[in-house]
Amino acid sequence: MIKKSLHLREDHLSKPQKQLEILSNGIFKDGSLPTFKHKISNGQDHPLRANKLEILQLNLGYMCNQVCEHCHVDAGPDRKEIMSKDTMLQCLDVIKKTGVHTLDLTGGAPEMNPNFRWFVEEASKLGIADFIVRSNLTIIKANKKYHDLPLFFKEHNIHVVSSMPHWTKGKTDKQRGDGVFQKSIEALQELNEIGYGMPGSSLKLDLVYNPSGAFLPGDQTALEIEFKRNLITDFQINFHNLFAITNLPISRFLDYLLVSDNYEDYMYTLVDAFNPAALANVMCTNTLSVSWDGWLYDCDFNQMLELKVNSKVKHINDFNEEVLWNRDIVISQHCYGCTAGAGSSCQGSVI
Amino acid sequence: MSKTYYNTEDLRKFKNITDWSEELGEKFFEYYGSVFKEGALTAREKSLIALAVSHVVKCPYCIDAYTKDGLQKGITKEEMMEAVHVGAAIESGATLVHGVQMMNKYEKLSM
Repeated sequence: MIKKSLHLREDHLSKPQKQLEILSNGIFKDGSLPTFKHKISNGQDHPLRANKLEILQLNLGYMCNQVCEHCHVDAGPDRKEIMSKDTMLQCLDVIKKTGVHTLDLTGGAPEMNPNFRWFVEEASKLGIADFIVRSNLTIIKANKKYHDLPLFFKEHNIHVVSSMPHWTKGKTDKQRGDGVFQKSIEALQELNEIGYGMPGSSLKLDLVYNPSGAFLPGDQTALEIEFKRNLITDFQINFHNLFAITNLPISRFLDYLLVSDNYEDYMYTLVDAFNPAALANVMCTNTLSVSWDGWLYDCDFNQMLELKVNSKVKHINDFNEEVLWNRDIVISQHCYGCTAGAGSSCQGSVI
Repeated sequence: MSKTYYNTEDLRKFKNITDWSEELGEKFFEYYGSVFKEGALTAREKSLIALAVSHVVKCPYCIDAYTKDGLQKGITKEEMMEAVHVGAAIESGATLVHGVQMMNKYEKLSM
C-alpha cells in the first residue's frame, strides 16, 4: 500500500489546531484524566522553564523519501517546506553566539534540503562537540546523488542517528514502508564498512527505536542488548547506542491511535506511567527547535503543533539567548509522552 | 450497552484491590514486582512464561497485559505464539495423561 501524508490527503488532522482540540477534549475535558498542566502543578518542576540552551535542533524541511506510519512531522515526498540558505546563515550565527554543544539536524530527510551539504560544511567549522544528522538510512540508497553520504558524514565527523523500529523485516516495513528494512540494512553495513558504529570507533552511529504500535518502549538497555544480538547475528551490523523514544500522540501517530481505537487506552498508559524524575530531565529545558521557516519552538513536537515559544523572541530573526532563557515551556497533553516511564527525548530515555 | 463479566478498563483498576485489604494487597504487589525483576531468568523470559500461563489460566486481563508487555520488550509474534503453544501443549498433555488413569480403570474393571 502506498502511504500518503495527512497533508496530501487533506485530512483534518493535518491541522495542528484540530490535534490540540482532540488532546484537550474528551477524557481530559471530562476529568477522567488530569491535564498535563494539572498533573505537574504540585511538583517542584512547575512551571516548566527553559534553562541554559545546550542543544539546537534544526528542522531542515518536511520533505522525506519515506512516509512512516508514526511520523510526528507528517513528512513525505509531497511536503515542500524547506529551510532556505538565508535561514541557515542565521542558524550559523546563533551557533557562533551561543556555544551550544550539540547541533541536531532533522527533517523530513534533512539530506534532501538542496543546501544540506553546504550547511554541514559551514557548521562543522564551528567546533561543535556533537554534530548530529538524523538520517533515515534509506535516503543513502534512494538516489545516486546520495550514495556518497556515508563518506560525506565521515569527512565532517557527523554523529549519525538513524531510525530502526525492529530487527525484523516485517515490523520495520509495516511502520516505515515496503523495502525499508532491506535498504536500511544495506546502509548500516556501508556505514560499518567505513568505521561507523564499530566498537571503539569515534564515528558515532546510534539507532532510534520507536514502538511500532500503541505501546510504550520497554527498558532501553534491554532493548539495546536485543537489537545488538540480533543485528550482529543476522547481518553482522554494529552500532553504538539505542535510543528508545516514545511515540507522542500527535500527527500521523495520533491518526493511527484514533483509527485503531487505541487513543484513550494509550493516553491512560502515558498518564499512568507519569514519572516525576523524567519530568525533571525533559529535553525542552535545554533545547531549542528551529523550523524550516525560522520560527522557534521548545521542541520538534511543539513545532508540529505550531506552539511557538512563550517569549518576546519567537523567530530566529530576533534571536536573543537571554530573553529566551527561563521562558515558560509551552505544554499540552502530548507532553505526557516525554514523562512516561524512563522518559523520552531525542536522545532516548532521560533517567 | 452490553454488560459482560470482563471489562477491559477493569485491568487499570487492579491496584484498587488494596483499598479493601491494604496489607495483603501491598504484599501481593510487592511480591509480584519482585517476581518479574531480572534474576536467573531475564525479564524477557519471564514475560513469555507469563504469557503462556495467562492462556492456560484463561485470564483475558493477563493476556492483554502480557501481549503488551511482550511488544514493549521487542518480543516477536512468532515467539509469543510459540509460548502460547507451550502452554497449550502442557494443558492438553495434562488432559491426555489422565488417559492412563482411564486405561488403568478400564483394565481393572474388565474381565
